[in-house]
Amino acid sequence: MPYVSLILSRIGKAVIVLLAILVFNFFLIHAAPGDPAAVMAGEAGATDQQFLEDLRERFGLDQSLPVQLWRYMSGVVQLDFGYSYRRQMPVLDLILARLPATLLLTGAAFVISLTFGIIAGTLAAMRAKRPSGSIIMGLSLLFYATPLYWVAMMAVLVFSVMLDWLPAYGYSTVGAGYTGLTHVGDVAMHLILPALTLGLFFMAVYTRMTRTSMLSISQQDFVKTARAKGLAPGVIQRRHILRNALLPIITLAGLQAGQMVGGAVLTETVFAWPGIGRLMYESLMQRDYNLLLGIFFFCALLVILFNMFTDVIYRLADPRIKQSAA
Amino acid sequence: MSFFKRFAQNRGALVGLVILGLVVLLAICAPFLYPDSPWRMVQRPFLAPGEVAGFPLGTDTMGRDVAAGLAHGAWVSLLIGLISTVVALAIGVPLGALAGYFGGRIDDALMRFTEFFQTIPNFALAIVLVAIMEPTTFSIVLAIAIVSWPPVARLVRGEFLSIKHREYVEAARLVGQTHRDIIIKQILPNTMSPVIVLASLMVATAILLESSLSFLGLGDPDTMSWGYMIGAARTVMRQAWWLSVIPGVAILLTVLALNLVGEGLDDALNPQLARAR
Repeated sequence: MPYVSLILSRIGKAVIVLLAILVFNFFLIHAAPGDPAAVMAGEAGATDQQFLEDLRERFGLDQSLPVQLWRYMSGVVQLDFGYSYRRQMPVLDLILARLPATLLLTGAAFVISLTFGIIAGTLAAMRAKRPSGSIIMGLSLLFYATPLYWVAMMAVLVFSVMLDWLPAYGYSTVGAGYTGLTHVGDVAMHLILPALTLGLFFMAVYTRMTRTSMLSISQQDFVKTARAKGLAPGVIQRRHILRNALLPIITLAGLQAGQMVGGAVLTETVFAWPGIGRLMYESLMQRDYNLLLGIFFFCALLVILFNMFTDVIYRLADPRIKQSAA
Repeated sequence: MSFFKRFAQNRGALVGLVILGLVVLLAICAPFLYPDSPWRMVQRPFLAPGEVAGFPLGTDTMGRDVAAGLAHGAWVSLLIGLISTVVALAIGVPLGALAGYFGGRIDDALMRFTEFFQTIPNFALAIVLVAIMEPTTFSIVLAIAIVSWPPVARLVRGEFLSIKHREYVEAARLVGQTHRDIIIKQILPNTMSPVIVLASLMVATAILLESSLSFLGLGDPDTMSWGYMIGAARTVMRQAWWLSVIPGVAILLTVLALNLVGEGLDDALNPQLARAR
């Protein structure tokens, strides 16, 4: 059972990373200027001494650092991420309530960017020496260089304000009370702009990667053999070149997961999309640092899970990769 | 062919160089063109571009001159992009060099450390760092450097791995040069061309990161930046589109120019790599 031990070793690595992030969070709070209790409370209790005292008591701030660290870590292991004093709710509940919207948005953006990126990259590789190929590459460079939040704002300006085609803000029409399929359609309409803008940057990344990968593989001997055999160029492109070119793209997709989460913070902020990215922005505005660190931890968790997922896909796609390469 | 000839063969790179030159010129001239603080209210708010003479790009929600903000913002963007890249190189190059040169356990430990930073979502980490350290130019530069050094370390390590067994390095070892001399005088200079290309792209990414942070309200409150201008214009997009469009185009052009220059440098510095472009 090579897969079982592989997955176990991956989980072990992931746990170490997550524990390291917790230690990092802990020391960040202590390194911050001012009283850790005040930082945790986001200065909510600056006027209320009793409140700060409660916090100090709760986090054991009168104890030594190692004891405090131990308390913090054992809390998180029991899924206790603390309490958001600004919102009067446990941090975990706040995050879990917002998680589905983020998963929907990043998932949609991922599928869009990968699909169109691979198509555009393939076209650009097949037309490498023609103007149409250069136009695709020029556009992808343009998207690559544009700030994500600005694309989002321009999309709102053009498609919502000027053309009035699509809703600009939120997750669904407020107060419409749609149910069933109408609700799904409503959410989908709201999803189009955020998912497209978030996907655009990554589409540019995948386009460039696909093109480079395809062009380098088309130089290899087995492709020459296929040509010499007299196979149709279309078949060679699809079966021989594209298939092999996809492997590095899967790896890259895994590496992009972290960027995707960061992009979600910006996209959700502009489109008022009720996910954890928007929650991160709100916690910044309210200086609710306990919530902020909780979200940060969850972002890392999402990225790690996604990396494990792409890793499994990669091994399924390419059986040559043995466990020893892990 | 000389370095400059190869660079000039890439037309995009020349265009990028011209745009970049203009942005640098704007940044240098900012204190002379607009000696006043860009935060000062100078006219009625919400002036459209060209509506009043002397304000070619109009004024923002607080009656501040958009052109002045753009000029001062150019300085801030370039400075933060440049300094944070230098700091990231200062972290990444030594780590990569040590890992690649010594190999073994040192390599293992350093690469685990690098992987850890690569796993953490970049932008989220930068947000957390700046928010908790309080937004200042110092904390922004530090945060951007902390999230951007890992690719440098990996690149330098790879170069060291491929160079350290070359004959001239073995020769240096035979004549008794110290590890330090071999690393700094023999190997490091030969790893510089890919590092320079990467650095030019990192400046572009750093400018994007800085603008995103200040868009979220995490900019240094004392300096005018392009990201801040866009963030401040977000709520008035319907009334005053130009307030978000103008600084956005400035960021886009600058980042695009840096990317084009990076590609040109790649052509000029690594001609032996027949690039598939």
